Amino acid sequence: MPSLKDLRNRIASVKATQKITKAMQMVAAAKLRRAQAAAEAARPYAERMETVLANLAAGVSADGAPKLIGGTGSDKVQLLVVCTAERGLCGAFNSSIARLARDKALALKAEGKTVKIICVGKKGYDVLRRQFGADIIELIDLRAFKQLGFANAETISQSILARFNAGEFDVATLFFSKFKSVISQIPTAQQIIPAQITAGTKVSESVYDYEPDETEILETLLPRNLTVQVLRAILENAASEQGARMSAMDSATRNAGEMIKKQTQLYNRSRQAMITKELIEIISGAEAL
Amino acid sequence: MATFKFELVSPESILFSGEVNSVIVPAVEGEMTVLAGHAPVVATLKPGILVLIKTDNSNGKEFFVSGGIVEINPTGMTILAEQARFIEDVDTAVLDQEILTAETRLAAAPEDESEQRRLHDQLVQLKEFRNVFEERRAN
Repeated sequence: MPSLKDLRNRIASVKATQKITKAMQMVAAAKLRRAQAAAEAARPYAERMETVLANLAAGVSADGAPKLIGGTGSDKVQLLVVCTAERGLCGAFNSSIARLARDKALALKAEGKTVKIICVGKKGYDVLRRQFGADIIELIDLRAFKQLGFANAETISQSILARFNAGEFDVATLFFSKFKSVISQIPTAQQIIPAQITAGTKVSESVYDYEPDETEILETLLPRNLTVQVLRAILENAASEQGARMSAMDSATRNAGEMIKKQTQLYNRSRQAMITKELIEIISGAEAL
Repeated sequence: MATFKFELVSPESILFSGEVNSVIVPAVEGEMTVLAGHAPVVATLKPGILVLIKTDNSNGKEFFVSGGIVEINPTGMTILAEQARFIEDVDTAVLDQEILTAETRLAAAPEDESEQRRLHDQLVQLKEFRNVFEERRAN
């Protein structure tokens, strides 16, 4: 049986924790609104880019196509770009992305392929380092940036492109969490090199004029597309992270509330028990006289 | 006058979406005016001013675009701009910043010849545009 003082201390500490989680939840809610708006604003561009690309790619012959879209003709070396958060305390957000990446990496290794990993965000690195420490070739830290933007995506995509041009890998897959709603974020794997043109995209029938020529346009457009895909991933990720943190902190606050309630009940009960005991002692003492 | 659907999209937002009469775009091989029923074209853009005339024939809206791509198909016209903003929000400081970025990029560019040429072209175009912009200011 804990003493009254123990109980009092315990309640005080849970209350302090509750205050922190409550504050974190509110901060996450405010940040979520901004992150969500940014993610939604970036969507049309990525969608239009996909349509234009699909139209263009349909007109380019398979063997004449740039490597970014046609592939290197091999899939021996696989690059996994794992985007996670820089901070924890957001429920299963980081671990579910890391798990998806880990499963993929293990499956690829079982097939006898070489796996290389670029981590965007520290948390994914922390998880994957234990198992794939030797395969991680780069860690990109975005902690310094409050609002992620095009420039951040560009640094990431340029690092990927430089490696691709140097022939360091054949296929690249991007791991991030798609923001569906505040309570639902879906860890997603998306192949970015060679670029995947969605089969469902409507390809217009018309024959285009190109200015300058087709391949030159594709050559400028494809690296750009990569940047846009990365941008979309990090923005979706940022929104998902805040959503996940918000719901995690919400339930933490609720749990703390419940704990306080139980502890307070226990505290009152033992306080009353103590009073009763003292009364009994006094009364029986008086009777004995 | 016939109109067509036009969209100006930058990575951060949609700047314009709606029916327009005509659009003047700074394509790499020269400016072109697009009217309704234009032949399908895909072209890359150079830094410059984009002018669009809306349905009511009021004064044109002007945007600064720093490059990108334009697609014209029978259903409408889409511009995917690298960076776009209202001309009122642009001043020489912004352009100088752009030129500086382009210069550092060129300096850091890989040995690859075509890439270097592309970056160099971009820089020249930016500088050209800066001169044009200053003249415009002066008038």
